[in-house]
Amino acid sequence: MLYILLIYLGLSFAIFLIPEKFKKYTAFIIAILQLSVFAYFFRFFPKISNGEKISLVKDWIPDLNLNFSFLLDGLSFLFVLLVTFIGFLVFLYAKAYMKGYSGTSRFYFYLTLFSGAMLGLVLSENMIQLFVFWELTSVLSFLLISFFNEKIASRKAAFQSLFVTGFGGLSLLAGLILLGSITDSYSITDWIQNSAIIKTDSKYLPALILILLGVFTKSAQFPFHFWLPGAMQAPTPVSSYLHSATMVKAGIFLLFRLNPVLGGTTEWTYIIPVIGVITMLTGSYLSITQKDLKAVLAYTTISALGVLVLLIGIDTKISIKAAFIFLFVHAFYKAALFMLAGFIDKKTGTRDIDSLGGLIFVMPIGFIVGSVALFSMAGIPPMLGFIGKELIYEAKVQSPGMGFLVLILGVASNIFMVIISLVLMSKAFFGQTKSNIKQLGLNEGLFLVGPIVLAMLSVGFGVFPDLLSNYIEPALQIVTGDSMQIKLKIGHGFNEVFFLSLFTVLSGIIVFYLLNKYPNLLYNWRSFNSKVFSIDFADLFSYGIASFNRFSENNTKLIQHGYHRYYILTIILFTTVLLWFQVYITRGWQSDMELTLRPLYITGLIAIIIISALYCAFAKSRLATIIAMGVTGYGISFIYLYYSAVDLAITQIIVETLTVVLFVLVLQKLPKFAILSRLRSRMRDAVIALAFGSVMTILALKAIDLEFNRPISDYYIENSYLKAYGKNVVNVILVDFRALDTLGEVTVLTIASLGVFVLLKSKKEKR
Amino acid sequence: MEILLAILTGLLFAVGVYLILRRSIIKFIIGIIFLSNATNLLVFLSAGLVSGKPVFVPGGEIAMQADPLPQALVLTAIVIGFGIVVFTIALKYKFFKTTGTDDLDQLQQTDK
Repeated sequence: MLYILLIYLGLSFAIFLIPEKFKKYTAFIIAILQLSVFAYFFRFFPKISNGEKISLVKDWIPDLNLNFSFLLDGLSFLFVLLVTFIGFLVFLYAKAYMKGYSGTSRFYFYLTLFSGAMLGLVLSENMIQLFVFWELTSVLSFLLISFFNEKIASRKAAFQSLFVTGFGGLSLLAGLILLGSITDSYSITDWIQNSAIIKTDSKYLPALILILLGVFTKSAQFPFHFWLPGAMQAPTPVSSYLHSATMVKAGIFLLFRLNPVLGGTTEWTYIIPVIGVITMLTGSYLSITQKDLKAVLAYTTISALGVLVLLIGIDTKISIKAAFIFLFVHAFYKAALFMLAGFIDKKTGTRDIDSLGGLIFVMPIGFIVGSVALFSMAGIPPMLGFIGKELIYEAKVQSPGMGFLVLILGVASNIFMVIISLVLMSKAFFGQTKSNIKQLGLNEGLFLVGPIVLAMLSVGFGVFPDLLSNYIEPALQIVTGDSMQIKLKIGHGFNEVFFLSLFTVLSGIIVFYLLNKYPNLLYNWRSFNSKVFSIDFADLFSYGIASFNRFSENNTKLIQHGYHRYYILTIILFTTVLLWFQVYITRGWQSDMELTLRPLYITGLIAIIIISALYCAFAKSRLATIIAMGVTGYGISFIYLYYSAVDLAITQIIVETLTVVLFVLVLQKLPKFAILSRLRSRMRDAVIALAFGSVMTILALKAIDLEFNRPISDYYIENSYLKAYGKNVVNVILVDFRALDTLGEVTVLTIASLGVFVLLKSKKEKR
Repeated sequence: MEILLAILTGLLFAVGVYLILRRSIIKFIIGIIFLSNATNLLVFLSAGLVSGKPVFVPGGEIAMQADPLPQALVLTAIVIGFGIVVFTIALKYKFFKTTGTDDLDQLQQTDK
């Protein structure tokens, strides 16, 4: 299994190596890969139906309990088939659709990686590994949605989807880690075994909510649903793949996967169905008043995802079974419809359902295929959709808890589905031809291969449902934990479910008839909707992002104000406070030093230094300031001299002389001092300076009290002549014991002088 | 004498801080010089004061001699400090020739 994923990875990069001449076969090559992977996994069917699990573990970071760990059981088997088979059809379709666009190599690269990531996701046994693939699908779908990156709408939609699913991904990770901390393992097998412990742990509810956030964002549940209609900016093959078998289905997959671990509790059976019901109703209701063909389909996907989430949340055997059937129903009709929508778009140049019409004569095959898919969506016999809907009704009738309410809302949502199916069919295929029809040549066949195959599956499984139930049974066993025979058939006799179905279809037709008879009704409905549901979640999202940006911008402006002296002020203030705090906590400290004025000439020297330093701070004349500065420096050198530091005194005198000379030279080229700051800020600075200076005085006194470097110094003194043949110990330290440091110092000076040279030599740049 | 010298150090620090908080760049540079002098003095003081006994070999009893280690450190620091000052003065000179201002607050605008 690892190798198959590696093949996807390798092949996706190899796409760029395909020579120009054979570029047009790229899609075929990958389609064939998808089909062969499908066939490869299909071989395992006998083993899977016996309930066997095939797993593969490769060490990654064994110490952290992270391994490449794959598991092929009934559940992942089902999803693998779906991903590869629809992937195969999507690539065939993409071959036709992407003709004439530039950057197709990039497109196939993303799409191949994407299907590889999705395969990896459903095959993961280690949940951290699953998360990695989960994020990969998010990132890749971002790249796919923004494929037409010159359009601002694409970029915006892509960002939205990345942000929403990325946020969900993070919370999913947090949830998984919480679960991991309960069981000390990230293997789903371990989790299932310890499910009783997990459910009673206090971390269960937070973990569940975090994981559900991840699932709901990925699977476009209310109120995160808005990114999915935005994602229709992607090229149609991508939409078709995203909506039917991948991306949004990843959330559904995870719910199935974790059902044995987390499912069955009160929280599970309340939170999930409520969100599911709201999503189901919102999606189907809003789909009716959309005008863009792809937007209509996107909203019906939201509704279908709501149904799936609801069914998993109800968590009875029949509801899980219904969920699996509906998964297939939806994958088949939604992929087909998206492919058709793209075909119609190419053929007529528009996706606005009001400007379409009369396509029954233009594309008779398209009409047949489309009707099959739409009937399946509406749940009309003998399509697979009918069986799905019947089962869903049955599940809802039997659902514990909020059964009755769920049932009513479910019927309402299904009525909307019937209406929208009929509206789409009549608007697109019947009536007058309103737009120019383009001939697409040979490619037309290629456009229709996918939809035809999918439509045949919808009808075929609808008539012979037992074929499908063979595949679903092993998955059902994984999710619900025990085996159960599935009997699927069209029509369950004249029971309540049948009447509900009949009622749904009839009311759908009646509403449709009304809409058709009074065309204004639909328009009024639309304007009513846009008034009542004026909260556009996508706009709300953009607003939120914009205000967050403003917030950070203001913060940055406050902190990064650009005033040099306030930066320094902040640093000094902080240091001062810290130092005073140190003084405060060691306030017991006492020194045995005495204040003496002897020798008097040193006291006098200090007084001179102090006076000149103060004068330097407040003088208005530039020259006087420089002289005062020089006096301070020379004064300090005398202090060095008196206190046994001859070398220091010499160096200080030389340096001070050079500095003063340099200042005097430069000064005549520079402007006079101006009093730039106000008295108040000068007072403030003086206070801060005094606070800092006084704490430094205390620090100096403390430092004098300590003797910490004597052992090192003694070593130098003793060995100065013995080892280095020098009598001036300070000099010996500099040029012998620590010669490398001095070399560094010389280097610094060299670089500084080079810098000065460059600065003074370079000409003023012209702007 | 230690106390007086410690007060002197603190005062030099205070003058240095006050000067680097000015808007004029020249004063800022002078502030740097004061800070570096003050720091040197602080390191020098920390070894304790011994008058009139520079560390030459043979210099009698070790405990009576001055401590050579801080002296070596400070010597390096003086030279490096000089390097910094020279470089900042050159930079300032160039800056003034390019922008015609001595005001650090004006720097905020040229940043953009």
